[in-house]
Amino acid sequence: MAWVNAIIQGVLIGGLYALFACGLSLMFGVMKVVNLAHGDLAVLAGYFAIGIIAVTHVPVLWSFVIVVPLMAVLGYVMQRTILQGALDRSVLTTLMVTFGLSVVIENGLLQFETANTRGIGVGLPLLTESFSVGSIQIAYLLVVIFATAVIVLLGLQYFLSRSKYGRLIRAVADDKEAAQLAGADYRHVFGIAAAIAFGTVALGGIAYGMYSQLSPTTGTDTILLFAFAAVVIGGLGSLWGTLLGGVVLGVAQQIGAQINLSDEILAGYIVFLAVLVLRPQGLISRGAQS
Amino acid sequence: MSLATETTARPAEKFRVTRSRRNVAWTGAVALIVVVVLAFFPYIVYSGTTAVLVQAFIVLTLASMWNLLAGYAGLVSVGQQAFVGLGAYFVLILAINGISPFTALPVAVIGSGVAALPLWWLVSRLRSGYFAIATWVLAATVMLIIEKFSSIGGGTGMPLPGFSGMDPTLITAYTYWAGLAVAVLALATIYLLLRGRLGLVLTAVRDDEVAARSSGARVGLARMLVFVVAGAGCGAAGAVLAISQLQVQPSAVFSVQWTAVMAFATIIGGLGTIEGPIVGTVVYMVLQQTLASYNAWYLIILGLVAIFVALFARRGLWGLVDERINVRLFPVGYWLRMGEERPRRLPARPRRG
Repeated sequence: MAWVNAIIQGVLIGGLYALFACGLSLMFGVMKVVNLAHGDLAVLAGYFAIGIIAVTHVPVLWSFVIVVPLMAVLGYVMQRTILQGALDRSVLTTLMVTFGLSVVIENGLLQFETANTRGIGVGLPLLTESFSVGSIQIAYLLVVIFATAVIVLLGLQYFLSRSKYGRLIRAVADDKEAAQLAGADYRHVFGIAAAIAFGTVALGGIAYGMYSQLSPTTGTDTILLFAFAAVVIGGLGSLWGTLLGGVVLGVAQQIGAQINLSDEILAGYIVFLAVLVLRPQGLISRGAQS
Repeated sequence: MSLATETTARPAEKFRVTRSRRNVAWTGAVALIVVVVLAFFPYIVYSGTTAVLVQAFIVLTLASMWNLLAGYAGLVSVGQQAFVGLGAYFVLILAINGISPFTALPVAVIGSGVAALPLWWLVSRLRSGYFAIATWVLAATVMLIIEKFSSIGGGTGMPLPGFSGMDPTLITAYTYWAGLAVAVLALATIYLLLRGRLGLVLTAVRDDEVAARSSGARVGLARMLVFVVAGAGCGAAGAVLAISQLQVQPSAVFSVQWTAVMAFATIIGGLGTIEGPIVGTVVYMVLQQTLASYNAWYLIILGLVAIFVALFARRGLWGLVDERINVRLFPVGYWLRMGEERPRRLPARPRRG
């Protein structure tokens, strides 16, 4: 029963990882930017939520309504300024700039918010409790996070395949010069894609703060690396692959923890490395290598 | 006028291709004098000064290796802390078994280079951004595996044995010389490698990878060699770090901050020149020493400066110097000298990712 429990918990946590992974995957798919500051932006969003709740005393869930649009705007502005500036130079420059941002955000948080861990009090009794199926305890919060991830992915898929901006994003991702010639301002479209990615990052960051604890280093040593592992396991450039990758990573970690409590993270990375060696195109392949 | 018409329009004896210019002899002499003077430092300065210089040697070695990776081979690795940690742990493991840390240092360098081979095999298929994060995950994995061995300190680390009975002054001096030797050898190795066949292959790949491959350049092999050399170099820096700190702590030696340090020093100094990391190391050390009492601020400032430089002064501080006085302390490229005209550099295009 302990193993079934580990698998169920792993699947549910996979939803959280998918929330982080889909933004990373989207930005790479559209702009060919690997945002090394992805995890730190999630942590930043979490700290924004903590600050807003502390100052305005709004109910916890309201922090989503404030922080997600705020991060989306930040995403658009950053894409139109420094990220686009870096992209115009070279791919190497985007890596250096986003790595620089990552270090600046992380150390900025260390400087102003100390290294202490912070949680986001959930507040809603429904979300702090759990229900049991047989002898397995399942937290409502994890179910809600998993459902959020599925809704976000469904929404993204619908948006990309049906809406006007979705078509623009796909067109620009395929060939930005051609899209530009056809009248689409690819810089604006990149900005919108970044806004969506930053919005999902904000969702993930706050959700992580509710599920666990945030600290300035969570962004790199947990969120970025897990998100990346989920993207690689699932398959580069596949939206639903990020959910599959997140679930596989979550299950691997929980099974690892079941074997030896300290092996939780290592087990996830070993599965990641195994996929990298045995199936580098990921579990869901589009046949396209990066 | 294009270079081709310029060269074909002149009689053959009017121009020649040369690596160095007049000033290479005296820059070589100056470099030699600087190294000799630095070697005498333990006799003339306080141990506080040599401790700072050991740190500078570590940063210089790391930055030079990162420059070789990112500036010459286009491999942006964010996982070089794996090798810093491995170098430190090789020294620790050998010291536990009774070998002097200073004897262990060369073994640690070779060990880190050998360890780079399987790691390269894991990440060699990935490019640019995916390579960057994959190396990061690898570094985290290596740390998690090492933390499992409680005999070498587990998750908390342990002090470095092997110094008991030695005169502290002598330890300080030996540590300093070890750091100096590592930094000088790192620079010499990179210089010689880039002057040779590897430098040519990397330059060809930088300009056009497909053309380089189709002309028979063994691109994969060149990249692997760079990764192994950078692994050995970062391992050497890690070994010196362990000796100078007298203890090895996994979260400290495997910290991604090492990559931040080497990347920022390189970017600020100038990516893609051997001189760049030297300038960057000086900038880094000055900032770190002046802002040391403000905790994380020096990394924040370094990060902001590095972002600014990467965007607006892509060839770094050394590039700004080079544009004005046109010197190369370590000539690895070629110059075209036309008759009586001033020598002109072959077009050095910035890297495209």
